[in-house]
Amino acid sequence: MAEAAIELVGIDKRFGMVHANRDIHLRIERGTIHGIIGENGAGKSTLMSILYGFYQADRGEIRVDGKKVVIADPNAAIAAGIGMVHQHFMLVENFTVLENVMLGVEGAPLLSKGIAKVRAELKRLEEDYELEVDPDALIEDLPLGLQQRVEILKALYRGADILILDEPTGVLTPAEADHLFRILRQLKEQGKTIVLITHKLREIKAVTDNVSVMRQGEIVATLKTADASVEELAELMVGRRVLLRVEKGEAKPGAVKLTVENLNVRDSRGCPAVDHVSFEVRAGEIVGIAGVAGNGQSELIETIAGIRRAVSGKVTLDGLAVDVTGKANPAELRQRGLAHVPEDRHHMGLVLAFDESENAILGYQDDKHFLKGPFLDVDAIRADAEAKIAQYDIRPADARLKTANFSGGNQQKIVLARELERDPSVLIVAQPTRGVDVGAIEFIHRRIIEMRDAGKAVLLVSVELDEIRSLSDRILVMFAGRIVGECGPEASEGEIGLLMAGVEQKAAAE
Amino acid sequence: MSQPFAKLPAWADYGLIPLVNLVVAFLVAGLVVLLVGENPIQAAGLMVKGAFGSGEGIGYTLYYATNFIFTGLCVAVAFHCGLFNIGGEGQAYLGGLGVSLACLAFGDFLPWWLTFPLAILGAALAGALWALIPAWLQARRGSHIVITTIMFNFIAASLMVYLLVGVLKPLASQAPETRVFGEGGQLPQLGWLLQMFGLQVRSAPLNVSFLLALASAFVVWVLIWRTRIGYEIRTMGFSPRAADYAGISQTRIIVITMMISGALAGMMALNPVMGAQHRMQLDFVSGAGFVGIAVALMGRSHPVGIVLAAILFGMLYQGGAEIAFDMPNISRDMIVIIQGLVILFAGALEHMFRPAIQRLFGRLSGSDLRATPIATGESH
Repeated sequence: MAEAAIELVGIDKRFGMVHANRDIHLRIERGTIHGIIGENGAGKSTLMSILYGFYQADRGEIRVDGKKVVIADPNAAIAAGIGMVHQHFMLVENFTVLENVMLGVEGAPLLSKGIAKVRAELKRLEEDYELEVDPDALIEDLPLGLQQRVEILKALYRGADILILDEPTGVLTPAEADHLFRILRQLKEQGKTIVLITHKLREIKAVTDNVSVMRQGEIVATLKTADASVEELAELMVGRRVLLRVEKGEAKPGAVKLTVENLNVRDSRGCPAVDHVSFEVRAGEIVGIAGVAGNGQSELIETIAGIRRAVSGKVTLDGLAVDVTGKANPAELRQRGLAHVPEDRHHMGLVLAFDESENAILGYQDDKHFLKGPFLDVDAIRADAEAKIAQYDIRPADARLKTANFSGGNQQKIVLARELERDPSVLIVAQPTRGVDVGAIEFIHRRIIEMRDAGKAVLLVSVELDEIRSLSDRILVMFAGRIVGECGPEASEGEIGLLMAGVEQKAAAE
Repeated sequence: MSQPFAKLPAWADYGLIPLVNLVVAFLVAGLVVLLVGENPIQAAGLMVKGAFGSGEGIGYTLYYATNFIFTGLCVAVAFHCGLFNIGGEGQAYLGGLGVSLACLAFGDFLPWWLTFPLAILGAALAGALWALIPAWLQARRGSHIVITTIMFNFIAASLMVYLLVGVLKPLASQAPETRVFGEGGQLPQLGWLLQMFGLQVRSAPLNVSFLLALASAFVVWVLIWRTRIGYEIRTMGFSPRAADYAGISQTRIIVITMMISGALAGMMALNPVMGAQHRMQLDFVSGAGFVGIAVALMGRSHPVGIVLAAILFGMLYQGGAEIAFDMPNISRDMIVIIQGLVILFAGALEHMFRPAIQRLFGRLSGSDLRATPIATGESH
């Protein structure tokens, strides 16, 4: 057998109490696309960070082309021919594509030679791999799909033979993802080796040759992709059988609870983010907003929740106007029955440095129940938190523990418990399962459907198309700040995908 | 998973790291002493003896510590809101104006225990108002609080010079200071407190405001961790977006926090002005506002830590004066260097040894830390 492109032998890594990687043995063959799947916290990112030199393994060795290498930092990884495309792009937004590619490998104090070389090389890469990007375009003007391409170009320009992609499709439309996969296949044909880290089973099936499944820091299986079914992989990932579909009954829509009319919002840079958006949500239904991240969904829900100011437009909650252009206040809206599970759990929904019990009152700190005059009623707050911990099975069951020490799924349960247990009439849920393990996803989805069945109006925003399709009773698709189409949950992925890419419904139908 | 180092147990975070920083600071300071040809061990002995060796020494140490408790609390309260209030110096200076006006107006006919609350009010109000303008500029105009508070230190200094050479100076006097306050404008000394331990205070200016400082430390603890406004301050400090989400007005919290911070700085003036000199002199703050930054950093913005750090800096001030007196090669400026080193290592380089210590704990943690999932690592 030929030497493997990468061989990991007995890699072991601990972070204090967490055993992130246990005795990992992994062989990645040259010229293949190798998928690594696992839940959040299974150790995929740690393993790749070790391979790319961000962390050092406690034990074990790395072999590239059969030779043992020590990867002390990312420069050593690049020297060994390993390139990485991070989940969050590492690009200088106000530099051009060319400048970004050149960054760190300028070659000389004066840039002219470097620029000429990069320009020639980019042209060659473009021809070899269909990686077209305008070298003089500013990064901030490029859509995310192209920004990702720049990351790939950066790695290739540095001579990468082995390319690691960490959750590359999180920010892409289905069409863009397909394009990415075509590029990856092309790279493979040219003899490059690709490692694809993802938690999406479908992508593994679509593009990889081999797949390794990680669970709790261990590689539990390495299979030929063609031999593995999606169900089998899911089971390996979680360690038990999982329900991939959500069971729910018919929706019984009632009175209109939330209306949005001609809403216009600008983003923090002053560009239009929400563009004449109108819709309504009725009691007892889940309305899903699909769309690629960054198409105005965040601004839309922040405006409805009173966090952001609208330029113009009307919002009503339970028939009463919300002053979205003026004085709307999240605390006041909460009192009026609006619950909001925000997309950014770490910076918005929670204060990670707080105790669990302190987060259980975030947004409800004015509630008389938690106060004695100007003082916090610590006992009442803790009792309330402990009740919710029991009810939502939050682990560890310790209201005094710092929130940062809970897993993603349990952090999300803290937010859900706080927002749902108030018996709101309208619930806004954004990215409810981002960074949440499969077990908790089932729980969260069930709770959202229970809210619907209890007659709440639910507005769901998610970039996970599967989530939108399985939970929603109606789907709105958002693109460039506008609602470009509406369809039922039975609409095909391709249909919604086209809308997400900005192809108008009418045009799509022709 | 993004946390590459082991979490430290609380005792290491709050005890070991400050201790290591301090030891290194003293080692480097020792080198400096060696460089000017004096014996560093002897100097260290002199410092400790000067600060704690006699009733008078302790009296002075605690007198200085009183200043630093107030200014340390001032910086810490702002820290909890994510604000860096460098203006303690100027706010304390203005606090002196509040104290003086109260003492000049009422000190001649009210007893001290009636003037005192009025002076506290004056000091707190003046400090708070001096912090209000930078706070408002930060909250509504986005002017950076670090820049504006520094500028306000200069404005305060000039304003006080103007007042002390003109408006507040008695007609016949040539010194830029107010007249000596009446009987009721002078705080009682705390000699009896030390005498209970059999110590002689002699001339040490330790006074009742030391007790006020300790009480303020407790009040700050209650404020930050046990009140709604404190909850809102901490939310804002850790995550402004979470504050928005929770419906907490950033403007309101910034203004309130800075006014509390300024009020604490202002109250520092009670100690030298009403407690020791019984008149306001030019430049009476003399850097205490800046030392407060180091005290807050070293005390990890916790009132208990601040009281301890303030006593440490009080020791440096008092013991340092003793060294300067006994060692001819070591001048007053030398002491400032040593203090500077402590501030450098304990404050500015606070996190220098943290990664190494965390790695060490990470290595040890495989077995023995497993059972204690303690979370630390405050992020200021």
